[in-house]
Amino acid sequence: MKYLLEPFQYEFMQRAFFECLLVGFTNGFLGSLVVIRRMALMADALSHSLLPGLAIAAIFVGLTPAGLLVGGLVAACIVALGGQIITRSSRVKDETAVACLYVVAFALGVMLIKYAKVKVDLDGFLFGNILGVSNSDIWTSLIISAVTLVTLITLQRPLLLTLFETSVARTQGIPVNAILTTLILLIVLAMLSSLQAVGVLLSLGLLILPATTMYLLSDSYQAMSWGGGALGVLGSMVGLLLSFWANIPSGPAIVLVLGVIFIGAYLFSPKYGMVTRALRPRHMHDESLSRWDK
Amino acid sequence: MSHHLILKDVTVSFNRIPAIHHINLNLGCGSCVGLLGPNGAGKSTLLKTIAGLLRMETGSIEFRGHETGENDSPGRNIAYVPQREAVDWDFPITVRGLVEMGRYPALGLWKKFGKTDHQIVDEALDVVDLRDYSHRQISALSGGQQQRAFLARAWAQKSDIYLLDEPHTGLDRNAREAFTKAIHKLRDAGKLIISSHHELNDVPVIFDHVILINGELVASGSTKEIFTSENIEKAFATRTFSGAYAHAHT
Repeated sequence: MKYLLEPFQYEFMQRAFFECLLVGFTNGFLGSLVVIRRMALMADALSHSLLPGLAIAAIFVGLTPAGLLVGGLVAACIVALGGQIITRSSRVKDETAVACLYVVAFALGVMLIKYAKVKVDLDGFLFGNILGVSNSDIWTSLIISAVTLVTLITLQRPLLLTLFETSVARTQGIPVNAILTTLILLIVLAMLSSLQAVGVLLSLGLLILPATTMYLLSDSYQAMSWGGGALGVLGSMVGLLLSFWANIPSGPAIVLVLGVIFIGAYLFSPKYGMVTRALRPRHMHDESLSRWDK
Repeated sequence: MSHHLILKDVTVSFNRIPAIHHINLNLGCGSCVGLLGPNGAGKSTLLKTIAGLLRMETGSIEFRGHETGENDSPGRNIAYVPQREAVDWDFPITVRGLVEMGRYPALGLWKKFGKTDHQIVDEALDVVDLRDYSHRQISALSGGQQQRAFLARAWAQKSDIYLLDEPHTGLDRNAREAFTKAIHKLRDAGKLIISSHHELNDVPVIFDHVILINGELVASGSTKEIFTSENIEKAFATRTFSGAYAHAHT
């Protein structure tokens, strides 16, 4: 127990702890919607497209949290919206359109970052550093988490109807496009919030892995979202402690822990696990089995 | 207030090319209506238009004397059941959860799922004979049961009009019979069921009313009077004059 509590004597670990709690839960909770809507690649694309916005913010206002937030949000929205426009007005499919735009945005971002007056740490952007979170980062995450969770819980019914069957939701008078746009906005916000913790490249892991794990464990959306949140917290805590004890980078440690839990569920989920299914007794009488053997 | 669904001069176009032309219909509640016609005749288009998913170029649709488009939430009156392929069967939801979704429009964002709602859901599961399957994930049902689960959701929605897009497709004989029994129960409860259908043999058994379309309305009326070989010939033999054949844009 002493060993477990020892890291939290340090202030930076306390801050990291709070950040893990906020980012882990919010991403895990939101991730359930991303997984059932099959938007994982879209979310990945959005995470990369934050870069030019962050670079422009760094050029004009420096590294203030508000500037980075607005910059990233605008850049990701331009990519998401641009993808929609291209999809609707041409034969290019949505995933392709977003992929086209995000690589261009990422390239633009890498180029722009050179012109920032302050030194922008690209490594930090890509991989994050949860041990370096400031109080203002925690406040940003807290606000984003509150907004995200309140919105998701309030809109749960229309969201579920929309994600399950868009056409039926529309016949029930649900503003489907507004709901989907809200979802994309929330994904971008969650990405921005987890930037400091795990960085752009790994933020997707925090969003997708807990929810996918729960998807393998449960047939209920409620279990998937709340369980995803809990798993997100658990994974990021364990990852954080591992990174402290073993002196390894925190972002990868968190995602690797979540990855191990995911593989565990893939193999041993009571209902959908590979190993569990292979070991399940066959639904055949011994007699017919013996007939098969002949 | 008449319990009739009235379509007046309904035309719907895709890219300026009409898919259905000037359709006039008057359908009463308490009937089971078969929507028949060749592929590309506009069956799905007509269903989606009644559901409010497509914009009409001309015409209007009224139910109980009100235009369906005017209503803030037409879903409470109209339940649309899409083709089976359109549904994500791996969605993390049980049969009961699916039927509970039917209560969402009535509950809005905040109202609690109360005792009455649970009763309505139970009743819906009983109507389609799926009470024993209520805890199954929806992909663990057979095709016919999946269709019935959607009927149950529509029932929970307290809809008066049920729009079904080819629900009998891909079902074997037993599943068809069970499904037909379920929609007849709905009809006997005073609902209006409109179902697109492409198998002609079992039409008289399932439907008491048929609509034959082929881009435009060929005939509509009671199965006994309208479902004649002459009318069927008229609907199926005429080449659809709308859509891809006539206006191939290059």
